[in-house]
Amino acid sequence: MWNWDYAFSILPQILSALKITISATFVGFILALFLGLIFSVLVRSDIKIVSLAVRGIIQFIRNTPLLVQLYFIFYVFPKIGISLKPFTAGVLGVGIHYSTYLSEVFRSGIEAVPAGQWEVAKALNFSHIQAWIKIILPQVIPPIIPVIGNYLITMFKETPLLSAITLVEILQTAKILGAGSFRYLEGFTIVGIIFFLLSYPSSQLIKKLEVRLGAKN
Amino acid sequence: MTTYEIFISLIKAGLKVTIQVTFFAAILALVLGFISGLARMSRYRTIRFISGVYIEVFRGTSLLVQLFWIYFALPMMGIRLSALTAGVLAIGLNYGAYCSEVVRSAIQNVPVGQTEACIALNMTKTQRMVKVIIPQAFVMMLPNLGNQLIELLKSTSLVSMITLTDLTYQANILNATTFETTKVYTMLLVIYFIIGLPLSKGVKLLEAKVSEGRV
Repeated sequence: MWNWDYAFSILPQILSALKITISATFVGFILALFLGLIFSVLVRSDIKIVSLAVRGIIQFIRNTPLLVQLYFIFYVFPKIGISLKPFTAGVLGVGIHYSTYLSEVFRSGIEAVPAGQWEVAKALNFSHIQAWIKIILPQVIPPIIPVIGNYLITMFKETPLLSAITLVEILQTAKILGAGSFRYLEGFTIVGIIFFLLSYPSSQLIKKLEVRLGAKN
Repeated sequence: MTTYEIFISLIKAGLKVTIQVTFFAAILALVLGFISGLARMSRYRTIRFISGVYIEVFRGTSLLVQLFWIYFALPMMGIRLSALTAGVLAIGLNYGAYCSEVVRSAIQNVPVGQTEACIALNMTKTQRMVKVIIPQAFVMMLPNLGNQLIELLKSTSLVSMITLTDLTYQANILNATTFETTKVYTMLLVIYFIIGLPLSKGVKLLEAKVSEGRV
């Protein structure tokens, strides 16, 4: 059933594809952070139309499957003249999808900052941008770090979906190897173990961080 | 094909399977979530350990990997499942692990005074759980379970990758035969949004209801 020789022979190839998985995770994550922050600021905009439109966009993205969004970016964008490589399309899809989740995290973080802080900024004659950068964000970010960390792990576990748009990451590598040798057990098991070995310790680390941050407050 | 025709033919071809997978996987997830959530708080170390392994393994690996493993790798061990069974099983097992955390945290958030009151009233452990703790915890977990259901519905699109003919699968077919790529995938997104909308509205309502009259 399980063939150790075969498992060891495919291990290097799967591990070398891990680079793609990890870089897709991090690039997508940075994009999600950036877009999420923009979304959360736009939702608070004083202009009604902007805030309503952004709210609508967030809700639409959150309530539709990431896989379909990936197909949309990869197959529909070329129709309007934007041809993307699988990696770019995948990172864009994952980044946009999770930015809507992160914007919620930022929103709750921003709302947790007492109104007095805004008043202080005003009293000290800070400009709106100065108030955001120097007073509000430094208070928003530390408490939400564990939540953001958990989303990073979630995004890492979502990257196998990018195989659907032909990106050769670890799952796709295992699938190709399996199709060649008619042995799927070893490849998919190795991929599962890799995901577990990377995500479980990270989530334990975040739990510890959460406890420490909780103790601080 | 017009946009409307595409919309209708997608629904006709794929909605049934998507709803089927969502329904059965949700039931499996709820049952597994309750069992493993309660087992995680058991007196016996072995039971706690087994449920912990289940929860961490399914939360720590990716759903698509689990799906492929069950559909492509299990047959090598002599267990051949239909695509529908494999899809329901993978999604149910995966979301069951997430639900168990919802169940556990809700039960642990029931105030200690309730447990003490039960002890004072000389209730057995089972009575305490069934009559006092779980009914209160269940109300509190509803919004979170609702959120899990929305995520689960979206994740059913993955079953298209193990040849199950759900909405996403049918969209891929329709795209390949009509080349109406823009319309097909736009309508597919719209359909998922329409199915999910009542669920997310329901969760919002539940959240408001549950927090009503509580501090």
